[in-house]
Amino acid sequence: MTDGMARVETCDLAVIGTGPAGMAAAVAAAELGLSVVAVDEQSVPGGQIYRNVLASPVAARLGPDYGHGAALAAAFDAAEGISRRYGTTVWTLSADGEIGLRGERGDIVLLRAKAVILATGALERPMPFPGWTLPGVMTAGSAQILLKSAAVVPADGVVLTGSGPLLYLVAAQLLDIGVRPGAIVETTPGANYRAAARHWRGAAHGAATLLKGLKLIARLRVARVPMVSGATGLSAEAGADGAVARLKYHCGGRERSVACSLLLVHQGVVPNVQISRSLDLPHDWDAAQRCWRPRLGEWGDTALPGIFVAGDGGGIGGALAAEEQGRLAALAAACRLGRIDEQERNRRADAPRRALAHHLAVRPFLDALYRPGDDAVVPADEVVVCRCEEVTAGEIRRCVVDGCVGPNQVKSFIRSGMGPCQGRMCGLTVSEIIAAARGMPVADVGYYRLRQPLKPITLGELAQLEEVAQ
Amino acid sequence: MENDSRFRRLPQASDQTVTLSVEGRPVATRAGDSVAAALLAAGIITTRTTPVSGAPRSPFCLMGVCFDCLMEIDGVPNRQACMTPVRDGMTVALQHGAAAVSEETK
Amino acid sequence: MSTPFPASRRPDAIVVGGGLHGSSTAFHLAARHGLKALLLEQTYPGRHASGVNAGGVRTLGRILPEIPLSLASMEIWHRLPELIGDDCGFVHSAQVKVAESEADMETLRARDVELRALGYTHEKLLDAETLRELLPAVSRHVVGGAVAENDGCAIPFRAVTGFRRAAERLGAEVRSNWRVERIERTGEMWRVSGPAGTAEAPLLAICAGAWGDKISAQVGEPVPLNPEAPMLLITERITPFLAPVVGTTSRRLSFKQYPNGTVLIGGGYRGIADRDSERTILKFSGLATNVRVVCELFPLMKTVRIVRAWSGIEGVMPDAIPVLGPSLKAPDLVYGFGYSSHGFQMGPIGGRIVADLVATGKTNLPIEAFSIGRFA
Repeated sequence: MTDGMARVETCDLAVIGTGPAGMAAAVAAAELGLSVVAVDEQSVPGGQIYRNVLASPVAARLGPDYGHGAALAAAFDAAEGISRRYGTTVWTLSADGEIGLRGERGDIVLLRAKAVILATGALERPMPFPGWTLPGVMTAGSAQILLKSAAVVPADGVVLTGSGPLLYLVAAQLLDIGVRPGAIVETTPGANYRAAARHWRGAAHGAATLLKGLKLIARLRVARVPMVSGATGLSAEAGADGAVARLKYHCGGRERSVACSLLLVHQGVVPNVQISRSLDLPHDWDAAQRCWRPRLGEWGDTALPGIFVAGDGGGIGGALAAEEQGRLAALAAACRLGRIDEQERNRRADAPRRALAHHLAVRPFLDALYRPGDDAVVPADEVVVCRCEEVTAGEIRRCVVDGCVGPNQVKSFIRSGMGPCQGRMCGLTVSEIIAAARGMPVADVGYYRLRQPLKPITLGELAQLEEVAQ
Repeated sequence: MENDSRFRRLPQASDQTVTLSVEGRPVATRAGDSVAAALLAAGIITTRTTPVSGAPRSPFCLMGVCFDCLMEIDGVPNRQACMTPVRDGMTVALQHGAAAVSEETK
Repeated sequence: MSTPFPASRRPDAIVVGGGLHGSSTAFHLAARHGLKALLLEQTYPGRHASGVNAGGVRTLGRILPEIPLSLASMEIWHRLPELIGDDCGFVHSAQVKVAESEADMETLRARDVELRALGYTHEKLLDAETLRELLPAVSRHVVGGAVAENDGCAIPFRAVTGFRRAAERLGAEVRSNWRVERIERTGEMWRVSGPAGTAEAPLLAICAGAWGDKISAQVGEPVPLNPEAPMLLITERITPFLAPVVGTTSRRLSFKQYPNGTVLIGGGYRGIADRDSERTILKFSGLATNVRVVCELFPLMKTVRIVRAWSGIEGVMPDAIPVLGPSLKAPDLVYGFGYSSHGFQMGPIGGRIVADLVATGKTNLPIEAFSIGRFA
């Protein structure tokens, strides 16, 4: 650990996160002459969707979408005027753009930025069901990360369960690479298909996206991967070794089960709002996607001047939309800093805006189709909701009976959300449980009051800030 | 704790190997792996037990969010195995319950 | 305990503020005097100082006028289950103040002489060796200390909830999101009003913490209360290494390990308080000083991770003691606010005193030093 003192640095624009939104924003801003610091916790650019895109040993096997990310990352990697900080954690960010960074060796930097673009992307939506904490239960996203970053793949027989495009994508990618999934147990509620059909107009605009999805499913069917749809009542059971051995579910009025030593779970992605929440920015409940999103203007601008959100962190739109949002936020930041005037900003925004509208057209259809049902987000009493502190849904409901009206009282009372993940894995579920128990909208129940540090840091690291002081 | 049938490494992976000491035993892995990826590839699925109930856990999200892969790495407890790149000679230990602290911790 | 009142009964007293003191007042009004309280809270009970403080339950190092009250409160803390049916997460453990230098030790010795002259025996001096037995992990530079063996710590939000629920069981009514903006005396009644409406009762208690001065000013008793935001940190769980709650003599620190293994760090380093929006902003430079002190006293803490930092809004008086006692300008009005960042331990007795004053105009504890008249 470092006993030294924090360094102070300055820049025009700090970009937090180097996924599609962050990379596109940094490149666009640097082209306009801004000095940019781009920060990512990973050791390479790409974010999760384009994870390890410049160096993945399996890049050739992952298809043209991943290839598109490689081009973007290469441009980002080569751009002048960008200081790229990998392996770097943002642990604090103030309303006036002062950012606490922790480098790989625990060294603390205080970065003073005139503008900030938050491009922190998405998290997989928590999927609490009995047994989801067992060893051998992992997210579908984690399997993709293992594949892209380490060329490590599940053995044959891996079972995937849940809902959403990523579930099929991961299954198809595994199949392409020579892994035979044991089963795909799909939980999309039947009613969603009718609800989604109402959005056919948008779907038609996004025909290419939809076609890709249908092709994935067709590939899995041709390969005779066992697929179950409309499953409910999931539970994972452990074997003698304590790790997952079996997935049970209800389907067609019967209880069924499938053996597995690795269970990949997924029910969509939701905006990562840790930073925007910690800044006390207003957030709205997105009923269609069952998640929170920060309230943003047309440039990704927030209630705090100079702080912007781009990409899935502002609402799920996918990688291509994120890229355009990154460009728009960069234009707005450059305009705010006086590099371009409003006319120039608007002129340059024309193309990204049209592309963004195109990429977002399919969202209402996808949102309706893959909106999780109540039983997928409001678990039964015995289910662990807060994985860190092992707080169950039943304990949360008892708190509500005892007069805890919202997530913050529940947190103070039974420590849900107080563990090292800082509420990332339970926040949505806790709000949904309280809303259901009180019979009121999630919007009125609210969310955890998140405070910084944004990630745990050691006392020794924080102490480095003392010397800089005031 | 070990089950070689859950994951395998594709032949495309690089050959550069580094060796970790996991619970005192050598584990060969590839440069560029995270500790979590190295362990999963080596068939080690359980990385810690929880401080509350002692339940076993494995890495869950692999993107630094869930904090389920906390391990003792080079003597420092509560490090995220999925966010820590491997290094030759690194020592890795399962974390049992709450992190143990002592004066000797570096 | 008495039985709850019929729901139709009109309140005998309005209590403004749903923190620990307000909840304790509402409880004691019912339990000791058979009076029904209407407790009005601007957000939700325990939102600020009461619910998010460091949880230290400390008689050690109290300012002299507070000692009799603090000792009486300590007795209540030790018998909470029989009184309110909830232990509020209270754990009995020693509180220790460490001396980091000979000068510190001299300060503690002088205090010891002063306390003994006044007949107090709850604090004891510790030599270096005894101190190290209590705090094996403490840094070598520590030369001694003082201890209060009967002290402890509790879980703040549980404590507020425990008293609130006990009050409700005895018939008190609690309203959240009910901000009191105006108080008026009309005839024999107090009328309070705000965005949520108006309410009336013959008796009125102001336990509004950092907002108390806004009310007292309305009856011609302004006080120089400063809203402050003392910051706190809590770590991940680590294996138990520390039983007592630890403070320092010449630097600022509050440091303890909860039974669940998390370590709570405070010391009154201040963030920014905005009491109109009820928001606080953390200042990490101050927290850096706070943890530097921790690392110097307990070197093993250097590699421990901080999971959360937060702050609530406290009402701090210039002389660091509360406004506690009857209004000198208006009848049937009693104050209990401005505990200046050390009111948590005093909650049980503070509420009892306010309840006794509201109901009978008298208390058996010495409260002259806390009179609002000192600012007149």
